[in-house]
Amino acid sequence: MTLHWVDYAIMLLYFAFVLGIGAMLRRYVHTSEDFFLSGRSIPAWVTGLAFISANLGAQEVIGMGASGAKYGIATSHFYWVGAIPAMVFVGLFMMPFYYGSRARSVPEYLKLRFDEKTRALNAISFAVMTVFSSGISLYAMGKLLNLLLGWSFDASILVAGGIVLGYIFLGGLTSAIYNEVLQFFLIVFGFAPLVFLGLRDVGGWTGLSARLAEHATATGFAAGAYTRSWAFMGNASANPVGVEWFGLVMGLGFVLSFGYWCTDFLVVQRAMAANSMTAARRTPLIAALPKMCFPFLVILPGMLALVVSASSGVRPRPALESAPAVSAAAAAAPAPGDPAPASPLPPARGIVPPKVDPRTGQPLLDARGRVVLDYDLATPMMLVHFFPAGLLGLGLTALLASFMSGMAGNVTAFNTVWTYDLYQSYVRPGAADSHYLAMGRFATVFGVAISIAAAYVAASFNNIMDFLQLVFAFVNAPLFATFALGMFWPRATGHGAFTGLLSGTLAAAVHHGISLPAGAHVGVKGGYLGVLTTYPSELAQTFWTAIAAWVTCFVVTIVVSSFTQPRPAEALRGLVYGLTPKPTDDVKQWYERPGTLAVIVLTLTLALNLIFF
Amino acid sequence: MGIDLRLPVGTLFALLGLLLTVYGAATRGQPGTEPTGVPINLIWGVVLVAFGLWMLLLARRARRAPSSTP
Repeated sequence: MTLHWVDYAIMLLYFAFVLGIGAMLRRYVHTSEDFFLSGRSIPAWVTGLAFISANLGAQEVIGMGASGAKYGIATSHFYWVGAIPAMVFVGLFMMPFYYGSRARSVPEYLKLRFDEKTRALNAISFAVMTVFSSGISLYAMGKLLNLLLGWSFDASILVAGGIVLGYIFLGGLTSAIYNEVLQFFLIVFGFAPLVFLGLRDVGGWTGLSARLAEHATATGFAAGAYTRSWAFMGNASANPVGVEWFGLVMGLGFVLSFGYWCTDFLVVQRAMAANSMTAARRTPLIAALPKMCFPFLVILPGMLALVVSASSGVRPRPALESAPAVSAAAAAAPAPGDPAPASPLPPARGIVPPKVDPRTGQPLLDARGRVVLDYDLATPMMLVHFFPAGLLGLGLTALLASFMSGMAGNVTAFNTVWTYDLYQSYVRPGAADSHYLAMGRFATVFGVAISIAAAYVAASFNNIMDFLQLVFAFVNAPLFATFALGMFWPRATGHGAFTGLLSGTLAAAVHHGISLPAGAHVGVKGGYLGVLTTYPSELAQTFWTAIAAWVTCFVVTIVVSSFTQPRPAEALRGLVYGLTPKPTDDVKQWYERPGTLAVIVLTLTLALNLIFF
Repeated sequence: MGIDLRLPVGTLFALLGLLLTVYGAATRGQPGTEPTGVPINLIWGVVLVAFGLWMLLLARRARRAPSSTP
């Protein structure tokens, strides 16, 4: 597929603005605090939109579309059970300690609250994870652009990396935050017409439900399994997610979501850049309002891709640039060693193409001989299918923006943690502020360079992405237990936190090693310590791994803390709930209060859960 | 900090919208431009222009009344 001049014009216009903002902000960066924390001067609506935009990377846009095609509306649990309650919690209860302690990063909070080793553990694992995450995201982008448009992988990642480097190098965190807001609007306006056209094609929500009901019964579920989020959560085998409500609420809703939204410096950094305590607390709450609407923007395209008619749209049968042609005969070939193959599904479902084995050029088949669909292509295929030249430029720019905002979020978090928590603490303490500012700029170049290197590593080793994401999950899962105990239990000690974190990560690895999702092979998917238990799906395994890690970290931290010396109460002022005066709200209107906002957000979220129950 | 973000956001979207509107109007009715029968470039171009102008208007009003935070 080739692009039209108007598509390129839209992309170039956007890139010009992105770099222009960086250049304009350059003259406001004088100190390291300006560079890393935006001088704590940004209004709440801006930090709020940046808060979700930093997370609105490729994983969100592509991944949620893929999950929408795979699991249906139940994917909304990532928002309405997962993200929103956690965002309310971090705004109401945790932000007073992050912002009020004057810590400049999340690891630095751990140092103030616990001790040096807990901070070092968190800072090092976080720094490594951010650069690799941004590398993985770059790799995904290069691969997608190559597949969709036939663009060179090298050129794509070098240009995208170069632009991100350019605007962060110039304007620091402010530039990243401002661009994230720009990216937020671009993603909203780039994807909204996709949902509109898709829904129009299938006859609205009613038409979508009817078509997905057919798909549900064909795959052995009840008719509403793809369009109702809670009704089939009573039993793991009754819903496509393969999870029952308890694993969902505890694993996803509590452990994973609170762990991410409440402790990940990537998002918390945006709130810490706010211009007042109230603005910092309002940041995640303001972010929650658009966030709760995102399922309609990012999940619906995936659900639609599964059922739209392949002949509608402006490009009836979207052809992939670099994928080998897939013949129906090849798709129907039975899996070797499968004596009685079930009648295979058609090679593509809706406009979701089958996953192709890169070595043979044939569609991949699962253990039961059925064609595996490439769900990650659901949303990109929708763009190509429905958008004419012009709008396609806008949609692709939105996709590029999501890759770049995710990468920029990682890079700004990396340069701050590297400079403040590692370089200033262990390599060269006590230097002049201008030295750390220069180091921040250097760390930005360095971070982008490692990201690009990581993208090439991901490209040459097929499984390394899965492996890295697995390790990250092990490291992240126990974190919320440490922060919850640190902020709300004065008795928790540094030794307790450190041992708790390590044993939580170990527990995650062990649980993953003894379990396996149904139909998966032993290896990166689990079972390497011997398969003691099987889960109906990978998500179920992920959720229970997180629960195991959290509980272990929680218990070990409490036990070790009880045997070690706690810090005196006065040393914990401003760091622990109960020893810190309640923050006062400096707002003009009643509806601007964090508490009121929280009630509004939670009521709306409850309503959304009930509507799609 | 320095710049009211609504200015660049408003300008970018007004320009993007203008581009889409003009292109949509020029290619109106041509095959392959109207998925499911909707002149989407034209419609969405107008929406983007409206959003861009609204952002610029907000920025202007904030500049006139310096009491409100940018």
